[in-house]
Amino acid sequence: MTLLALDRVSRVYAGHRGLFGRARPVRAVDEVSLVLDAGRTLGVVGESGCGKSTTGRIALGLEPPDSGSVRFEGAALPPPNTAAWRRQRARMQLVFQDPLAALDRRLTVAAQIAEPLAIHGIGSGADRAERVAQLLADVGLRPDLGRRHPHELSGGQRQRAVLARALATDPVLLVCDEPVSALDVSIQAQVVNMLLDLQAARGIAMLFISHDLKVVRQVSHEVAVMYLGRVVEQGPADMLFAEPVHPYTQALVSAIPTPGPRRAARIVLAGDPPNPAARPPGCAFHPRCPVAIARCASETPALGHAQDGRLVACHLAATQAPTGIAA
Amino acid sequence: MPDDTPLLTIRGLTVAFAGVPALRGVDLDIHAGESLGLVGESGCGKSVTWLAALGLLPATAAVRGSVTLEGQELLGAPPARLDAVRGGRVAMIFQDPSSALNPVRRVGAQVAEALALHRGMRGAAARAEVLRLFDQVGIPDAARRIDAWPHEMSGGQNQRVMIAIALAGRPEILVADEPTTALDATIQAQILDLLRRLQAETGMALVLISHDLGVVADMCRRVGVMYAGRVVEMAESDALFAHPAHPYTRGLLAALPDLLGPRRRLASIPGAVPEPWNLPPGCPFAPRCAEAIAACSAAEPALAETAPDPGSPSHRAACIRVAAPTPTPHLVLA
Repeated sequence: MTLLALDRVSRVYAGHRGLFGRARPVRAVDEVSLVLDAGRTLGVVGESGCGKSTTGRIALGLEPPDSGSVRFEGAALPPPNTAAWRRQRARMQLVFQDPLAALDRRLTVAAQIAEPLAIHGIGSGADRAERVAQLLADVGLRPDLGRRHPHELSGGQRQRAVLARALATDPVLLVCDEPVSALDVSIQAQVVNMLLDLQAARGIAMLFISHDLKVVRQVSHEVAVMYLGRVVEQGPADMLFAEPVHPYTQALVSAIPTPGPRRAARIVLAGDPPNPAARPPGCAFHPRCPVAIARCASETPALGHAQDGRLVACHLAATQAPTGIAA
Repeated sequence: MPDDTPLLTIRGLTVAFAGVPALRGVDLDIHAGESLGLVGESGCGKSVTWLAALGLLPATAAVRGSVTLEGQELLGAPPARLDAVRGGRVAMIFQDPSSALNPVRRVGAQVAEALALHRGMRGAAARAEVLRLFDQVGIPDAARRIDAWPHEMSGGQNQRVMIAIALAGRPEILVADEPTTALDATIQAQILDLLRRLQAETGMALVLISHDLGVVADMCRRVGVMYAGRVVEMAESDALFAHPAHPYTRGLLAALPDLLGPRRRLASIPGAVPEPWNLPPGCPFAPRCAEAIAACSAAEPALAETAPDPGSPSHRAACIRVAAPTPTPHLVLA
């Protein structure tokens, strides 16, 4: 069952270029279409400025798309800051990278987990205290930690507290934006395992945004790779990373240093990371692409279906004209 | 290893901040031209080791032990002698190039400053050398970029400028502290590639400090794993990743997700790194260790040789479970 559907959403910021430069619009997200089924995880990967976080904010209705539409549970998102929007926000929650910034330093952890219950009018008095205790247990925090303030917790415990608060309203969708990137390896594994357990127990769908391909594969059923605001490749997580087709995905996969014997020669891309304010014409990746042809500089490739079912936007990949979603 | 005499030797290095131990006895040898990786989680002391060794910690830090560069003691050395070493024979680059560079000086001038300081170069000669260094570190269009401001450059380009500044003093050792952590994956690959090439070209030794086991495995011949202010395992990179001896190293590797192959549940290490002011008795990893026995809490194990026979390369671990007198550590592991 489709839970969340983004249909050709775009988001353009005004942008500025310093004191003497002229303003140039920045297409942070450009005609992105994504579908997320209930209880599943869609990973979104890409480098800084590729639009993955903006995509997450659009999915939650925190930012309106300039064009395109977002449908959640079959209906369009209500306008922001309306009563209907607030009701719906209880069904979808956001988890950020930095838990200390997401938590209120002056409130105890338990008080912060109880807050969404009060805002959304869930339960009453004693009932809420019980729910908070259960939520703490669900994320693996000792009951006494609820009485502490955020600065008294470790980084991993804080992220668990943020998750407990996000789960308070029993959401069906969790948008996780780099949720484990600030955590040390041993703690990162704890939180990743917990996210998978929570999904299995509660059937939550996740939009999992990260630059870390290994973590993304661990949690995702399907993965979309973004470059300068557009999805360049999308498919089942295992297939995508084992046999990347788009030259950018290939470079990303090959750039990951891994303990143990090297798989193949590393592809080192030339050039700087892309600047969203100076988007190259044609395929935005062509100036850095090791296999670009003349056509890549002039014509933007559409996202089409490859033979194995994945979606690829590359002139050199054999794809069929897409159905339903088109560029 | 090219030479048996280490270029730089660290012995019994300890650091405490206001009585709280940050480093609790570190011994390291850096040989000319080698690549040594130091890995560990936040607060393990991997960065503090080098800040202390180069006298870069504030005066409030209590530093003890010995750091010698070809026999010359650096700890407590007069500032003039340290200044000749720092940025000269031993250079250091950091995680965040945009905060390490001076935002109100042109990047070329910042490289020239290092040339003036360490090689007495000025004027046209210095400018020519800056251009050569920019070329060497792969900054395109060097003649124009030399007059750019740091904010006009990308993070990857600024890191190249930092590397150029480090190379200006013709270092024998380059200490790179998380040099690619702030960079995107494709740019990280570029910078690692550059460091590898520079090491081959100049013959300098590279000390790579990183939280990323993959980066260290990829770049370094020898790797040290640090935990709670000490080195807990030290071995050749291939041996370390193929046969990790210390339970903490094994835990770190098992906690990393794989990119390929069947997915498995991550083996997380329970608990968290102990607070430095509240270290458990004995082995500081014991409370999180699945293989801990009563004796682990009795005394802190020393770094001991675990290599199966005297002929094989050194592989040391600080764990009483692997450094048993009977020389069959790999059987114990299996």
